[in-house]
Amino acid sequence: MSILNALRSDSYVDISQYRDQHFKGNRYEQEKLLKMSCTLYVGNLSFYTTEEQVYELFSKSGDVKRIVMGLDKVKKTACGFCFVEYYTRADSEHAMRFINGTRLDDRIIRTDWDAGFKEGRQYGRGKSGGQVRDEYRQDYDPARGGYGKIIKK
Amino acid sequence: MSRRRHSDENDGGQPHKRRRTSEPIEIEDRLESLICRVGEKSTSSLESNLEGLAGVLEADLPNYKNKILRILCTVARLLPEKLTVYSTLVGLLNARNYNFGGEFVESMIRQLKETLKLNLYNEALYLVRFLSDLVNCHVIAAPSMVAMFENFVSVVQEEDGPQVRCDWYVYAVLSSLPWVGKELYEKKDVEMERILNQIESYLKRRQKIHVPMLQVWTAEKPHPQEEYLDCLFAQVQKMKKDRWQERHILRPYIAFDSVLCEALQHNLPPFTPPPHSEDAVYPMPKVVFRMFDYTDAPEGPVMPGSHSVERFVIEENLHCIIKSHWKERKTCAAQLLSYPGKNKIPLNYHIVEVIFGELFQLPQPPHIDVMYTTLLIELCKLQPGSLPQVLAQATEMMYTRLDTMNTTCIDRFLNWFSHHLSNFQFRWSWDDWSDCLTQDLDKPKPKFVREVLEKSMRLSYHQRIVDIVPANFSALIPANPIFIYKYMDESSSSLPGYPVTIAISNAIINRSSNDEILTILKDVPNQEDDDDEGDSFNPLKIDVFLQTLLHMAAKSFSHSFSALAKFHEVLKILTDSDEGKLHILRVVYEAWRNHPQMISVLIDKMIRTQIVDCAAVANWIFSPDMAHDFTRFYVWEILHSTVRKMNKHVQKIQKELETAKEKLEKQHSKRKDSGDEEEDKNSDEEDGLLEEQIERLQEKVEFAQSEQKNLFLVIFQRFIMMLTEHLVRCETGGVDFNTPWYKNCIERLQQIFLMHHQTIQQYMVTLENLLFTAELDHHILTVYRQFCALQM
Repeated sequence: MSILNALRSDSYVDISQYRDQHFKGNRYEQEKLLKMSCTLYVGNLSFYTTEEQVYELFSKSGDVKRIVMGLDKVKKTACGFCFVEYYTRADSEHAMRFINGTRLDDRIIRTDWDAGFKEGRQYGRGKSGGQVRDEYRQDYDPARGGYGKIIKK
Repeated sequence: MSRRRHSDENDGGQPHKRRRTSEPIEIEDRLESLICRVGEKSTSSLESNLEGLAGVLEADLPNYKNKILRILCTVARLLPEKLTVYSTLVGLLNARNYNFGGEFVESMIRQLKETLKLNLYNEALYLVRFLSDLVNCHVIAAPSMVAMFENFVSVVQEEDGPQVRCDWYVYAVLSSLPWVGKELYEKKDVEMERILNQIESYLKRRQKIHVPMLQVWTAEKPHPQEEYLDCLFAQVQKMKKDRWQERHILRPYIAFDSVLCEALQHNLPPFTPPPHSEDAVYPMPKVVFRMFDYTDAPEGPVMPGSHSVERFVIEENLHCIIKSHWKERKTCAAQLLSYPGKNKIPLNYHIVEVIFGELFQLPQPPHIDVMYTTLLIELCKLQPGSLPQVLAQATEMMYTRLDTMNTTCIDRFLNWFSHHLSNFQFRWSWDDWSDCLTQDLDKPKPKFVREVLEKSMRLSYHQRIVDIVPANFSALIPANPIFIYKYMDESSSSLPGYPVTIAISNAIINRSSNDEILTILKDVPNQEDDDDEGDSFNPLKIDVFLQTLLHMAAKSFSHSFSALAKFHEVLKILTDSDEGKLHILRVVYEAWRNHPQMISVLIDKMIRTQIVDCAAVANWIFSPDMAHDFTRFYVWEILHSTVRKMNKHVQKIQKELETAKEKLEKQHSKRKDSGDEEEDKNSDEEDGLLEEQIERLQEKVEFAQSEQKNLFLVIFQRFIMMLTEHLVRCETGGVDFNTPWYKNCIERLQQIFLMHHQTIQQYMVTLENLLFTAELDHHILTVYRQFCALQM
């Protein structure tokens, strides 16, 4: 019974506008998976942030099942994102509510629902091998390889 | 393409779909919205908003009466922090429409009965409070409210039923008095006096064995940790002495007095408290958390005293705000900071005190620990000029009082503090705490700093910790978390088994099969058993294989998990016995003793992949090998995580069994309905399969439950052995038993009871008959008795 929708607001848990363009399936299927997912995408990590640090932080909202660190497709080194998978949806919701938007390794990290890890998704999709955002970035970020690739060229 | 963040937008929640045809639903949404939002920040005064809303609702009563009733009942139940706003609204409606007022009261009583039946005691409490405030709004006649209170208090005369049942009914009466005490005493002072006397004599005779187990600090100074009913009664007594003056509660109905006193009142129907039943779960007793008093807020408004009724109301309201908005940290912080009447109180101090009160609440905080960390960060963002200072003051205060702080609370304190610091570049005036450097490392203060630094390192890295503390803190800096490889190089070549490690490394690099590896391992001499054919427990074999494997996989958690997965078969064969399981834990510890986090995640993996079982982990923690680390925080993280895994496992299988049973039920009822012979035959087969599955699951559940029971027995037995040994040794040696080690150990025993109380309740009979018998040392038995008292 939906009474008092205004009171039941849980906006930190809502799915965002982002949709994975490489997802095999239609929008509806992707959204369905996002709404029951136990996997989070974590972005804005420093290249030096370790799996251990991610474990420690994300364990605060529940038992972590698996972490997959994001890698530069060419160099196979960390390129500033990862996936965190929980055993239960409830634990991952707590992470969206209380870990998203706080700091890890001195950087504000961002979490978002992910439809589920599949082999290959651990690689950056930018032309140079890292994440797309680091291709076109104009600012200098020492923890993410300095200037964006477009500046370096 | 930009990644627009939904949570960054100002409107929370999903956008409503516009329905073209169903207008009534839009109106209902609008009614909901109007009612929920009244009392929020507005350009008009609260009074004019209430007046306007009362007019709107009155006009909508002919068509939407039931919806309006439902919404109002729900806000009464779920928004207690806005109690007086809504009671005023109901008062205004009652003045305009007497029948509606009567129907509302009836709905409330129905809801009260429902919530009591469903063990929703907090919500029931808010309903009772709302009803009592309706007396102030001339909706309910005072004598009938007094009659309800009389019935509540008569529960204390009942023969059967646990103390916690009487506690709730007494609490329901007492906690309504700040709102309605004055009015009830004015109308029915003789009856109220009798009620208070009955309550007083109940409070005098009720047992309070549970109190020490729930106190955050064991010391009485500077603030006694009072039992919640005692504190509230003292506050009510004080209010009575002040002639029921209460200056804090916002009472919008006062402005409408001329309208409201013209209204006809309703009588509450006689309300008999539902009888006690076996599945009733009453709220646990609490201790009132206090850390500040009027001396702590240096300037500005004065903090109401510990026995002032204002203090109670403020704390109640702040708790209610957190309860309503804990999922939305920005809203929660904003609501806390815009608390009505905030200019007359040192609000930041109250907020910090209430938040820590919840975080340290025993047995468990009302919400997940990490919520409080994030909420405090959010509050710091909104009040950067004042809140961080209060937080620092609180931290300093809690540091100075570590000697008497409950170990479980110290755990939560250090978890919070290290996580908090990691959000603020670990900036802290460590020098202020240099007093801890002169103390023994096992004393609470240096221990606390060590554990904070260790936890902080997990969120950063070793060099960072070295950099953030002054040089003289070096003894408290955690070890560099590197692997200790026993068979490192030529210098270890004399160790037995060394040559085999070389062979194993090569075998792993060359992707040899499990059989090939086991064959290589046959060459490892068995120091336990010279006649060994190669199959019995051989600790050196485990050592050689696991040390080598873990060394090769030391780079990261993922590497180590991969290694465990790849050689799962080999590990299972090597650890087939109980001794094998214990030894693998020893090897992991020896290799990774500088990296407790790694030990923790490896043990977690090994339990989940059934290389070791939970009882083995418990035995290992209590073994002499681990005695030197027994008081370290990571050890208890591992034990509690292990118990939790066991509990979740049992719950999972129980759920599977329930689901299967439900499926069978459904199939049976479907068959009854159809009556088709062909279908019947097929269903018979399906039934058979399902029944088989249920039987198997039933066995699985029984097995899991017995494993769980065994785990708790092992843990309790070991505690009893350790503590008894210590107590006996101290007595015969004529030394004081109350050492830091003892305090830690006995409070860890308490912690097991408190953290897993729901599960442990199932095994009370066994515990009482087998372990916690009368012959036990009374110090240990007291912990058990305190635990039992929590639900008595």
